[in-house]
Amino acid sequence: MEGATQLGWWGVLIAVIGGALRVSTPYLFVSLGETLTEKGGRINLGLEGILMMGAMSGYGIAVLTGNPWFGVLVAGCAGALLGLLHGLICNLPRVNDTAVGISLFIFGTGLAFFLGKPFIQPSAPRLPDIALGAWSALPQIRSALQVNVLFIIGVILVPVLSWSLKNTRWGMILRTVGDSSDAAKALGYHVNRVRTLGTMVGGFLAGIGGSFLSLYYPGTWNEGLSSGQGLMAVALVIFARWNPVYCFGVALLFGGATALGPALQTVGITSNYYLYGAAPYFLTLVLLIHSSSTKHSLAGAPSELSINR
Amino acid sequence: MTQDSLATVEVQKLTKYFGALNALENVTIRFDPGSFHALLGENGAGKSTLAKCIMGYYQADSGRISVDGQAHKITNPRQAHRLGLGMVYQHFTLVPNMTVAENLLLGEEHIPWIIDWKAQRKRLEEFMAAMPFRLDLNQKVTGLAAGEKQKLEILKQLFLGNWFLILDEPTSVLTPSEADEILGLMRQMADEKRITVVLITHKLREVKEFAGEITVLRNGAVTGYGRPGEIKRSELIQMMIGREKVPPAVCRVEGEVCESRLEIRDLTVNNDNGLTAVKDVDLNVCAGEIVGIAGVSGNGQTELVEALAGQRQAQAGRILVSGDRFRRTRAEIRAKHVCLLSEEPLNNSCVRSMTLAENLALRNYDEPKHTIGRWFVRRKSMNRHALDLIEHFSIKTQGPDAPIETLSGGNVQRTVLARELSEEVSLLIAHNPCFGLDLNAVAEIRNKITEARNSGAAVLLISADLDEILELSDRIVVMFEGQLVYETTCDSADVQTIGRYMASQG
Repeated sequence: MEGATQLGWWGVLIAVIGGALRVSTPYLFVSLGETLTEKGGRINLGLEGILMMGAMSGYGIAVLTGNPWFGVLVAGCAGALLGLLHGLICNLPRVNDTAVGISLFIFGTGLAFFLGKPFIQPSAPRLPDIALGAWSALPQIRSALQVNVLFIIGVILVPVLSWSLKNTRWGMILRTVGDSSDAAKALGYHVNRVRTLGTMVGGFLAGIGGSFLSLYYPGTWNEGLSSGQGLMAVALVIFARWNPVYCFGVALLFGGATALGPALQTVGITSNYYLYGAAPYFLTLVLLIHSSSTKHSLAGAPSELSINR
Repeated sequence: MTQDSLATVEVQKLTKYFGALNALENVTIRFDPGSFHALLGENGAGKSTLAKCIMGYYQADSGRISVDGQAHKITNPRQAHRLGLGMVYQHFTLVPNMTVAENLLLGEEHIPWIIDWKAQRKRLEEFMAAMPFRLDLNQKVTGLAAGEKQKLEILKQLFLGNWFLILDEPTSVLTPSEADEILGLMRQMADEKRITVVLITHKLREVKEFAGEITVLRNGAVTGYGRPGEIKRSELIQMMIGREKVPPAVCRVEGEVCESRLEIRDLTVNNDNGLTAVKDVDLNVCAGEIVGIAGVSGNGQTELVEALAGQRQAQAGRILVSGDRFRRTRAEIRAKHVCLLSEEPLNNSCVRSMTLAENLALRNYDEPKHTIGRWFVRRKSMNRHALDLIEHFSIKTQGPDAPIETLSGGNVQRTVLARELSEEVSLLIAHNPCFGLDLNAVAEIRNKITEARNSGAAVLLISADLDEILELSDRIVVMFEGQLVYETTCDSADVQTIGRYMASQG
């Protein structure tokens, strides 16, 4: 507290940046995954459920094996499985992906609570982090720049995905399927298969995002862990215009908004704490209203997306 | 693409059944290398079925397809591609959010795992340089005009190395000038013996102007063959529809003093992207006249009609009907007898999930004659009303309870026509009313429009088909980039001048 009062409002800014780096990781993974899913022409609204399953299974496996990375891998696989479930159900004729997503959301969270009961007590090993702030003498900067390895992996994923969508065969096929199923069929691609794979990869990334919640920050497993981050990530993808690079920026913004309440606490502003805690939800609303229109579909949106048709 | 790979393609005694329907019957046609061969016929004559048999989408029940004298069993489109056969579809199969370069590359059979865009771009540029028409490789497809999209479809086939191109109604979404340009270029390439072209169409004008040979199909059988110079227009029509006469056009009557029915004042309307699509439009339509708005589609016509129809908010300006401000409420529409034939009627003026009878009653189901106490709808009276209209407008359907979606395009258009024109008409707004319909339906619908005019209605006709405008209108205005840039009466109308203003080189 001593340092914080010295730094004043700079302290708040540093804390917000630090919080953004820490809190943004699940947003980043979930939104990157959802970007891939939506590029293929489907919306997966079940991400919240996948996030919770990822958090629970990652935590559980880390507790059982003692290795957090094994937990991350299993969390990803659990997410991919739920993604596969979503994809397969949506392949059936006359099935609406939005409805399937909502039921997956409820199913995933329910299953996670059910299977996760035994893991509320034991503590799991945490994921390692890297001290990027070692150069600084200020403890605030040092703690703010304590960056998790998963965050760095996420940051690397951003240009990789962005490049792959343009420069690889898979990227081309995924975008074709998401943009014009007629064209894709005429070219001989299996539209449903590609979309299912897209949803699976999206689920994998969302599952990893979930494992970050339970294995690093906040770093425990309980039922209130996600508090809607998976749902907000869907809004985030829309605001990021289905562009991985923008996803990164918007994830940081959301992370910063989430960190606002705790950051203000460090300078002694404790009143209205819950109001500041609502900042990310408020931001979601504002962004969605801002980017919506009654007249036109969103620029950059894959044409096959059900919100566009 | 190389000259020596051009070969003769022949279909011999091709027969194809769909259930009991004989879609193709003993069709034999020979396509010479470098020829421009038109397949002419009405909707449902079997043209597309023939093309799909050649391309391997359908398997013929009997008969054979041979390339360079050798018979081939073509079981899928990929196999057709290997033989150099390609088809440009009626509906675009382009990926809208991708660039021209990406779309061209997508067609290839083997896309590399990792795409070296530098090398590919060089290859694409070299290919483009050898083509008679070019497109910007970096342009996104969403930003292309309809004509450019059509060009891209053709370029895609040529890029794949296909030398035998089937064009399925390529000009149905194009303006006359775009159509002429593209068909002219294809003719030129055929004359240079670079490609063989098969043009599927029902437009006589195109056939007369561009084709080297014509084969006419009717009900799945070949009913005629000839060269454009040797065969008369009336003969072609007879071969196509089986009788010489198309229903005759209703004659026009002379108009008198103008009684203004529709007055548009300084109307400005934005498009979906918030850009100005219609700008300061001023227009008067009098009772007993047809005013035709000509123009290349996409110059604000859709936005204008939507503003008149109440589907889109105007930014500025006023619309007056019979002298009163028109706010497009149901009460006003009824009181002023305003009728509307939208383009794409199934989307714009029908409720897809409702039956034919319900769609026919959309204008008046809430009027006393169809309700009990204006609150409960009497289905019986609605059905009777529907049966009347079905007979009067000869709508082909299983019955009034058939879902509107099961009707063919022409019959959906007839349904809307029946609904809108069965009662008193004071103002009729028609937007591309004959788009995609066969000759008989076109003639009928045009007759109904002139009939409405002759009985005193004011008609505003917005059409991308210049021939239609010229045939029907008493007064013609040209719309370009949202503005009315030219006006003429029908006696002094000159196609060349109108065409120039449509391209705005007035």
